[in-house]
Amino acid sequence: MNAPVDPKSMKAAHPSRRDVVVASALVGGALMVGCSPADLMSAGSKVEVGAFGPFIKIAPDGAVTVISKHIEFGQGNHAGLAAIVAEELDADWAKVKVEQAPANAKLYANGTMGAQLTGGSSAISNSWEQLRKAGAGARAMFVQAAANRWNVPVGEIAVKDSVLTHASGKTATFGELLTDAAKVNPPADPKLKDPKTFTLIGSDRVRRKDSQAKSDGTARYTQDVRLPDMLTAMVAHAPRFGGKVKSFDATAAKKVAGVVDVFEVPTGVAVVAQTTYAARMGREALKIEWDEDKAEKRGSAAIIQGYRDVLSGKDASVKWEPFDQRGDAASLGTAKGADVVELNYEFPYLAHATMEPMNCVAAVDGNKVKLTFGSQGQTLDQLNVAKVVGCLPGSVEIETLFAGGSFGRRATFQSDYAVECVHIAKKVGGGRPVKLVWTREDDMRSGYFRPIVLHALKVKLDKDGLPAAWRHRIVTQSIMKGAPMPMGKGPDSSAFEGINDSPYLKATPAVDAQVAFPDIGVPVLWWRSVGATHTAFVMEHTIDQLAAKTGKDPVEYRRALYTKAGAERHLATLNLAMEKAGPKTTPGWTRGVAVHESFGSVVAQVAEVKLENGVPRVGRVVTAIDCGVAISPGQIAAQMEGGTCYGLSAALFGEVTLTDGQVDQTNFDGYRVLRINEAPSVETNIVPSGNPPSGVGEPGTPVIAPAVANALFALNKTVTSRLPFANTQT
Amino acid sequence: MAMTLDINGKPVSVQAAPETPLLWVLRDELGMTGTKFGCGLAQCGACTVHLDGQPIRSCVTPIEAVGAAKVTTIEGLGGQHPVQQAWVRHDVPQCGYCQSGQIMSACALLAQKPKPTDQDIDEAMAGNICRCGAYQRIRAAIKDAADFGPPTGEAHADIDEAIVAASGATHRGAGR
Repeated sequence: MNAPVDPKSMKAAHPSRRDVVVASALVGGALMVGCSPADLMSAGSKVEVGAFGPFIKIAPDGAVTVISKHIEFGQGNHAGLAAIVAEELDADWAKVKVEQAPANAKLYANGTMGAQLTGGSSAISNSWEQLRKAGAGARAMFVQAAANRWNVPVGEIAVKDSVLTHASGKTATFGELLTDAAKVNPPADPKLKDPKTFTLIGSDRVRRKDSQAKSDGTARYTQDVRLPDMLTAMVAHAPRFGGKVKSFDATAAKKVAGVVDVFEVPTGVAVVAQTTYAARMGREALKIEWDEDKAEKRGSAAIIQGYRDVLSGKDASVKWEPFDQRGDAASLGTAKGADVVELNYEFPYLAHATMEPMNCVAAVDGNKVKLTFGSQGQTLDQLNVAKVVGCLPGSVEIETLFAGGSFGRRATFQSDYAVECVHIAKKVGGGRPVKLVWTREDDMRSGYFRPIVLHALKVKLDKDGLPAAWRHRIVTQSIMKGAPMPMGKGPDSSAFEGINDSPYLKATPAVDAQVAFPDIGVPVLWWRSVGATHTAFVMEHTIDQLAAKTGKDPVEYRRALYTKAGAERHLATLNLAMEKAGPKTTPGWTRGVAVHESFGSVVAQVAEVKLENGVPRVGRVVTAIDCGVAISPGQIAAQMEGGTCYGLSAALFGEVTLTDGQVDQTNFDGYRVLRINEAPSVETNIVPSGNPPSGVGEPGTPVIAPAVANALFALNKTVTSRLPFANTQT
Repeated sequence: MAMTLDINGKPVSVQAAPETPLLWVLRDELGMTGTKFGCGLAQCGACTVHLDGQPIRSCVTPIEAVGAAKVTTIEGLGGQHPVQQAWVRHDVPQCGYCQSGQIMSACALLAQKPKPTDQDIDEAMAGNICRCGAYQRIRAAIKDAADFGPPTGEAHADIDEAIVAASGATHRGAGR
């Protein structure tokens, strides 16, 4: 029962300054009076809204379906989002289903971004109020319908497990009241529950809804899409970033059985075939000459050397931009002495290496487009695709599927692989679906890496051994370069988040922190936990070294700094992890501790480490997290376990190198990732909190690497100045 | 060329070049998409199926090498196999893309070692990558599945067989 409501009658949220900036970027500066950015970005959309709003559908049998505006690619957000609605609606949780929302920037924008996009560990936090209200509003509609039918006051009606009851013995299910409830005007400001009365949220009943489908092979990913008459395409890409096709010979490729067509697209040469295998064999038979005049030909070693030259001042061509300057720290530049600590760190390119390589299914018929794939940033994808086919962005239909991981990779400003697929589908035309398949090698060579980052620090200690002055220099590529909209004032903060907002800097009277962004032709991108992938390591490993310099216990040293900075959540989270870890280290292992706040959540870990053949082995990892209200404790634990593995994988082995501009690692043989025999045992403890929920998907990733480095430092005074460990320990 | 394969207990006729990897025959020719493509190089295990009970990487196994061997895929487990039930009980999957392969490797392990040690699990499962890092739940679910039903090895295999049979496949243990 979902009577369509005219979307135009829905009041648009007041656009933020950023929304306006987004919109002006989108329309190329043209002034469109009377249109909000959401109007512009959803123009042409045919998405209809039912009686219970954009997030809830109720079937005639009373079954509740929660519509998720966010993609599910592992984070467990579908369970959490559905639980928020079910809690306020008092729906029967066992029967609640989750469905993926269509693409529509007006109905389904991420509240923190003004566009439909899943990222920044914000799925739950930006939906918290929105979905509570949606659930409470629908509940009020049912209660009103029952009150009308039974002629009793609304205040006397109780709702539990999708059933309404009255003390008189009257009872009705959602299904029985559906037609009446759908006619009730939704309340503008429905009353929300007192969190103390939650029965579902925070309980172990909030389990994943997709575990069965993901355990029996029926969960549908892009790779599994099969549509009538569908073709499969592969694209031969230039061996270096920025390379273009000069000429190609498709004679042999076209002779491969099953190959339907071969043609050039902006990103290379596409082979379209009846099957994936035929497309691959056809591509192998191509002969292509590349124009690499404008290609990036530097190797990663040269790039790192260039960054070192920027740091040393030998290369003064790159502008330094301050991101935190207070007191007199500038004089630290030349300072030396027993109370001055100098530290340098280097971090490599990292690939996301999702289990499902990038792929997309598109059908184009004139200016009508439908995409069927694991879209992470639906609005970006609509805007980019609309430019290719010449249609209104909102008319780009997207059916979002499960994706086999993303870790950031599926949201690029250019919608790289989706646009590539649309170019091919446009050439094929006639609305015939085309599945673009990237091999593992295509995926790994495609770039969009976590950038190489260099940090140089000088810290001067006061008479108590606490930092008195902090000089910090960072050289890296800017992830936000190429963004369609400026993200706030000043330099790209994704390079230093976790430093400028660190309690350690807050506790330091004098700070001189600056960043420099050289231009490199290698595409870079956010990678699970973004800036924290390196800033957490730098801050946390530095703290242990500063503590050692002054002969203090690193945990006590942190406590002193948190107290000085008023960082109560850091202190409480650290204390919980320490308490749960207990006083006794497992015999034969050494402990390291690290704490970091990202995406609004604080995570503390106590990791037990030993060296095996020169490579760190991580055993017990006691984790504490403060993520506000815990909606699904089981999924929070799963994200701490998985985030720790993801961070540890990169810390132990992760490194993409380039030789003369070509990516050296093309598959899991060259790009080693963590396997089960190397996986730690993570224990998750949640700090009780009444604050609104904050991030969970990313904050568990950045803490393990510095915890391991600190354990090695405690073990044998090894300072880890570059990652991965496997390439630095001998 | 036409070829007949034994897949989940049923003879299936396929039209494909003999060097075509089994993975692509399953997925593209037969529409059995539970078996996943991850690396194409036997590095990640997402494409794991059983050949006469042994876990193999279908992405590097040409159909000409399959011959008359019995192929079991994730679809052949029926959905309620003890290992699948344990996977659901532990909410093992995150993105879920690797899980078909993980489960096929776990079934093969349990068929051979009904009570695997941690080291047995490491050895049998190290070929299956999970980028979401669900490893400790995979370990827990395998141990849980090992505890399912009667404790002896033979009896455990019987459960395996019974459930596969109930799913409509032939009377043949998925893990053997």
